[in-house]
Amino acid sequence: MLKITDLVKRYGGGDPVLKDLSLEIPGESVVSIIGSSGAGKSTLLRCINKLVEPTSGSIVLNGTELTRLRGRQLREARRKIGMVFQSFNLVDRLTVMENVQSGRLGYISTWAAIMRRYPREDVRRAYELMERVGIAHYANKRADELSGGERQRVGVVRALMQKPEILLADEPTASLDPKTSEQIMGLLRDLSRELRLPVLINIHNVHEAREYTDRIVGMRYGRIIFDDLPAALDEEAMERIYSGSPAADRAGDMRQAS
Amino acid sequence: MTLADLGRDDWTRFTPRQRMTRYAAFAVIALAIGWALGSIEIIWAWVWDAPEQMGDLFGRMYPPDPTNLSTILQVLWETVNIATIATAFAVILSLPVAYLAAQNTTPNHATLWLGRFILVSSRSINTIIWALLFVAIFGPGVIAGIVAIMFRSIGFVGKLLGEAIEEIDKRPVEALEATGASRFKVIAYAIVPQVMPTFWAVSILRWDINLRESTVLGLVGAGGIGLILQGAIDTFNWREAATVLLAILALVIMGEIVSAWLRRRIL
Amino acid sequence: MSTHPDTWQRPPFISNPVLRWGVYIGAIVYVVWTLAALPIDWQRVAEGLVRAQRIFGGAFPPSFERSGLLIDGFLESLKIAILATAGGVLLSIPIAFMAARNIAPLPVFYLGRAMIIVARSFHPVIVAIIFVKAVGFGPFAGVLTLIVYSIGFVAKMLAERIEEIDFGQVEAMRAAGAPYFSTLFYAIFPQIMPRQVGLTIYQLDSNLRASAVVGIVGAGGIGATLANAFGRYDYDFALAITMVIVAAILLSEAFSGWIRKKI
Repeated sequence: MLKITDLVKRYGGGDPVLKDLSLEIPGESVVSIIGSSGAGKSTLLRCINKLVEPTSGSIVLNGTELTRLRGRQLREARRKIGMVFQSFNLVDRLTVMENVQSGRLGYISTWAAIMRRYPREDVRRAYELMERVGIAHYANKRADELSGGERQRVGVVRALMQKPEILLADEPTASLDPKTSEQIMGLLRDLSRELRLPVLINIHNVHEAREYTDRIVGMRYGRIIFDDLPAALDEEAMERIYSGSPAADRAGDMRQAS
Repeated sequence: MTLADLGRDDWTRFTPRQRMTRYAAFAVIALAIGWALGSIEIIWAWVWDAPEQMGDLFGRMYPPDPTNLSTILQVLWETVNIATIATAFAVILSLPVAYLAAQNTTPNHATLWLGRFILVSSRSINTIIWALLFVAIFGPGVIAGIVAIMFRSIGFVGKLLGEAIEEIDKRPVEALEATGASRFKVIAYAIVPQVMPTFWAVSILRWDINLRESTVLGLVGAGGIGLILQGAIDTFNWREAATVLLAILALVIMGEIVSAWLRRRIL
Repeated sequence: MSTHPDTWQRPPFISNPVLRWGVYIGAIVYVVWTLAALPIDWQRVAEGLVRAQRIFGGAFPPSFERSGLLIDGFLESLKIAILATAGGVLLSIPIAFMAARNIAPLPVFYLGRAMIIVARSFHPVIVAIIFVKAVGFGPFAGVLTLIVYSIGFVAKMLAERIEEIDFGQVEAMRAAGAPYFSTLFYAIFPQIMPRQVGLTIYQLDSNLRASAVVGIVGAGGIGATLANAFGRYDYDFALAITMVIVAAILLSEAFSGWIRKKI
């Protein structure tokens, strides 16, 4: 269970990007966060694993307060949080297996990491997960030889190798074509059920959010202004979340803006 | 073209301002050459005599004398070894320097400046000058040559590698930091694979350059084929000098062929 | 799902195991054998530490007492570099045309390429000792050396640029009935001039660097001053000279980078 209370993030002296934001994600469920570019979706996700340092507030994951962690303790906490990225963020010149095993780097010795001597159970688990998402036959291929959808599957497996307690996905389908997007969203939903894993997804595509997630959180200007079942997201709610901003057609600028 | 230009029959390529800049540049170049020609200490009689002297020299080089060819080839091989061993050590030593000199990996400001200081001093001093120093320290011999080439190469390789590290794709780094991997493992998995192609390309390029550099180390007493060349020239044995020059030419061309082949195979 | 393998090995860089191990063992044998076979007098090397201490002790603080000599040497290097760049760049143009496959007839092409290869293959110090023997000690030998050195680089890069030019422009000129040299000036020169200016400035920078070393074998400039200081064990003066060389190289590198950016 993830509990965020009064989270504030301010860059420099400007207006805060996140304003006293509170959010609770109990147990296994797929939650999507929607909102226009610059609403603070990506910052919120990155505050959770502290790729972005929160200014104030509290984030508690299964009883551990994350905001005050540093160094080794922070790394140990991050191991329990898997993350999937918009542009996959794979190491192109390494094989799929090495990319997948890099999710376990926090657990194995430096020597084993450099010599690529991965523990037997990690290798077996990697093959199982890769087969589950349909990329097992690519284990020895270099990551840059794969197509976009396949690369995102590698990204998902890398995150799952961490045996995470929560999975964060930052626009996981924004770089993919519509059909592959739907496959990846379906995969995230199914994996959440199978592994009893809470999944938090930033997403631009409202249709996919409705279709594949259990709950939708709408953000605007650093605040949560909608939080309900997908069925409750009507025209009026959409208007409140997106009004006055050229939202959906600015997907490209998203990463810089948020 | 505006309407006012219609009916004009004069045309110039540059605007007045462009023309002024160009004239100024030409004037500076002419002045520099004039100053250099006017004040350089050259005995002009020698200059007019030079073509004849050169012809005479090349005449005395022909035909090349192959009597000492086996010794020459043996020393040539030693020259290759000097270049190869020095390149290998330099490449290894340049890794930590590149790590220090790249803004995104260096631990702090002091280490960044340390790294840059090493790169600048290594790069700005020519191999021959390093060789002078190391011959004074270690005495004449190959060790001075190897160390001299190493000292010069560290800056070259380190600079290019450091730039490659600064230009990597930072997204995989972020991804691995998010998995909770330690700094060292993030470097090993997200940074090292990205700079490997540059690493090999720069190493091969530097080996090729070092092959050339190692042919002159002998002239300051630091080992290799230069020693034989110096000996032949000092004793006016021009026909043997010609053999040595041809051997060097062959070596350098072979080096280029080998490095082109390696580049194709590895990259 | 117990059918999954539980071991994994990175696909090796060289897939043939015999070749792979051959390369590994070969590399190790080469390094060990070469290091053992190189004529290195380890006792002499060990004594080197003491000597290094003496040299560095003698070098600090650097002595700028004979700064007149230092400035003269440096100015001579600068003159050598300027004259060699001017001469080298002018000579590079015809040689580059000779060595461009799309312009020159085959025999001329081979001659041009051969000149470039010879100029590139010999280190300037080797060229310098030959010129010193032929035309005597002093800056003239230095200028000749660096002209050869400039040709090796500038003519090569220029020939490659000429080979990449847009031939459509040449054909257009020929179609308009332009004579050979007009074609050259109107269709080819405008395409290569920007590159030529950049190369010239780069070469001036390289020549200044190289002029510091050709002096060591007697071809004039600050290198000669440095070699003399070393020969007389004037390590404090040698350090001063080295510092001036480093500063000049850094300045010239910054200057040439600045100009090339402006162009």
